[in-house]
Amino acid sequence: MTALRESATFDRATIAEIQRAAREGIYEIRGFGAKRRVPHFDDLLFLGASMSRYPLEGYRERCGTGVTIGARHAREPVALDIPITIAGMSFGALSGQAKEALGRGASAVGTSTTTGDGGMTEEERAHSDTLVYQLLPSRYGMNPDDLRRADAIEIVVGQGAKPGGGGMLLGQKITDRVAAMRDLPPGVDQRSACRHPDWTGPDDLEIKILELREITDWRIPIYVKIGASRPYYDVTLAVKSGADAVVLDGMQGGTAASQSVFIEHVGIPILAAIPQAVRALADLGLHREVQLIVSGGIRTGADVAKALALGADAVSIGIGVLIALGDNAPEWEDEYVRLGSHAGSYDAWQAGRDPAGITTQDPELARRLDPLEGGRRVANYLRVLTMEAQTIARACGKSHVHNLEPEDLVALTVEAAAMARVPLAGTTWIPGLVPGA
Amino acid sequence: MATTAETHSFDLRVESVRALNALLHDPHGGAVRVCHPDGAHALAVGLNAPWEVELDGHVGYYCAGMNAQAQITVRGSAGVGLAENMMSGRVEVFGNASGAAGATAHGGLLVVHGDAAARAGISLKGAAIVVGGSVGHMSAFMAQSGTLLVCGDAGEGLGDSLYEAVIYVRGRVASLGADCVEQELDSDDLARITRLLAEAGIDGASAAEFRRYGSARELYNFHVDNAGSY
Repeated sequence: MTALRESATFDRATIAEIQRAAREGIYEIRGFGAKRRVPHFDDLLFLGASMSRYPLEGYRERCGTGVTIGARHAREPVALDIPITIAGMSFGALSGQAKEALGRGASAVGTSTTTGDGGMTEEERAHSDTLVYQLLPSRYGMNPDDLRRADAIEIVVGQGAKPGGGGMLLGQKITDRVAAMRDLPPGVDQRSACRHPDWTGPDDLEIKILELREITDWRIPIYVKIGASRPYYDVTLAVKSGADAVVLDGMQGGTAASQSVFIEHVGIPILAAIPQAVRALADLGLHREVQLIVSGGIRTGADVAKALALGADAVSIGIGVLIALGDNAPEWEDEYVRLGSHAGSYDAWQAGRDPAGITTQDPELARRLDPLEGGRRVANYLRVLTMEAQTIARACGKSHVHNLEPEDLVALTVEAAAMARVPLAGTTWIPGLVPGA
Repeated sequence: MATTAETHSFDLRVESVRALNALLHDPHGGAVRVCHPDGAHALAVGLNAPWEVELDGHVGYYCAGMNAQAQITVRGSAGVGLAENMMSGRVEVFGNASGAAGATAHGGLLVVHGDAAARAGISLKGAAIVVGGSVGHMSAFMAQSGTLLVCGDAGEGLGDSLYEAVIYVRGRVASLGADCVEQELDSDDLARITRLLAEAGIDGASAAEFRRYGSARELYNFHVDNAGSY
């Protein structure tokens, strides 16, 4: 009898997707982020101090973590205690309880959280000491009163899960409250446009930013968020347009609902994007003056430290904090199985039936998430990330996490070395760089 | 800034846009006549009080952006994004408007006595827009609620991917966008058109001359059989 052999090209997931496509006749829409393996921070290592570098005492010597964002133009820049922020996620995609919990968690550790498509809710404003207000192409829920009570504005050009794509909140998540906030009837699929309605290109964006500064009396910073695709040019143009900070979201960044083919096949990994963005800022003479906030696959303090070492000023987290809230928790395994998934694989955030009560508008499910307990878990998670980053920074002899630098890193793979522009471990070789050039 | 008994006079060749907007952010309101706007951008933006503002000349991008409560008059033409995201109040232009006039506006009345360019009323969210002349292509694209009333003609792709907004056009429509269809004009429509024309101060047109366009609601929820329409 011939041994059974599965195809590497047509693996089980591929076969299942072909079968599903043939059965349903529509592309897969799901949440979460890219699931394929791409070069990532795991492919980098730090070089701890030894004879040629002096470490800092891990439990005694100070290692700063504070960061100020947007001091270039704003009278009231954003001052954060830790360089880890919470990424934009909408009320609508998330329950009100989840948004409140994120605000509570962020505030407990002195960092910011961010609104999303659909506008600002009272829950998140009330429980977020520092709240970044997103201006998105759809302008769902866009309200100048909320703009004026925000601590920063984030103009969303794109996101890492789908650079070049708009969004979709499927009708099953459109309750009366969500519908009212977005000026649409309940139950209608809400398409979020991929382009802003009133500007096209960086010359227009410069004027749009001027308008926002005038409306807010030049009080608060203005970020520009881009999905990572051509970061050198996109960061250059964002800064040329007047951005105080650039949020750069790699392809591993999360989404509430996108086509799976988009999530997995458009955009570049954050590892490859950061060095290009930093080079753009350096070429403009504005590295560290215009802050770079990076996101997309940040999970651990090591990821935070590596992002900062490559030149970012802060990171932003979406999927990680949802997991901290309870997403994909084993306690819901029976319900995940009934939904055709498992704890650890659940990504049907678009469907609104989240057993953990996070990516849902069902009041029964949403009540499962206690905002106080959820906020505590988010704060714990952010504290752990911060302490881990500090541990690594001290080991590299740094008195502030921003003092980490590419020189502290090596790469485990040729691909990661080329993308991150740090040497392959044990060598001085950075693929693509000509020695002495 | 010169001041008369009731109306401030503000010369933008002497003072800055920043100074103008700072003045207009006073929550008590008042009246201001602005001379020499000279196409400057972001004029009279973010107002949130009962101001009466008259801009005596052409204005640039985003004039009256996010307006609430104020009555803003432009005695010239306006650049891109006129009265974008307006919440309430009235913005009136006695010239033409460039692209995306009234984009995403939630409330209030925008009147353009001349023509409005492409994408007038894009993603409209509740405001009323009255255009004395014609509108360009893709006007009322993805418009969610509110009214776009056009006394002249409409360009290609009118009302593409329309939601609950209603469009009235008196002249010729070059083509309709996806899911936008002509609908029967009833007595409520006639009353609404008559009221809007009166509020806009537009004479010489009667409600019965307009045709109504709205959403067929075929694309409200994705279905694979409609894939060719997207």
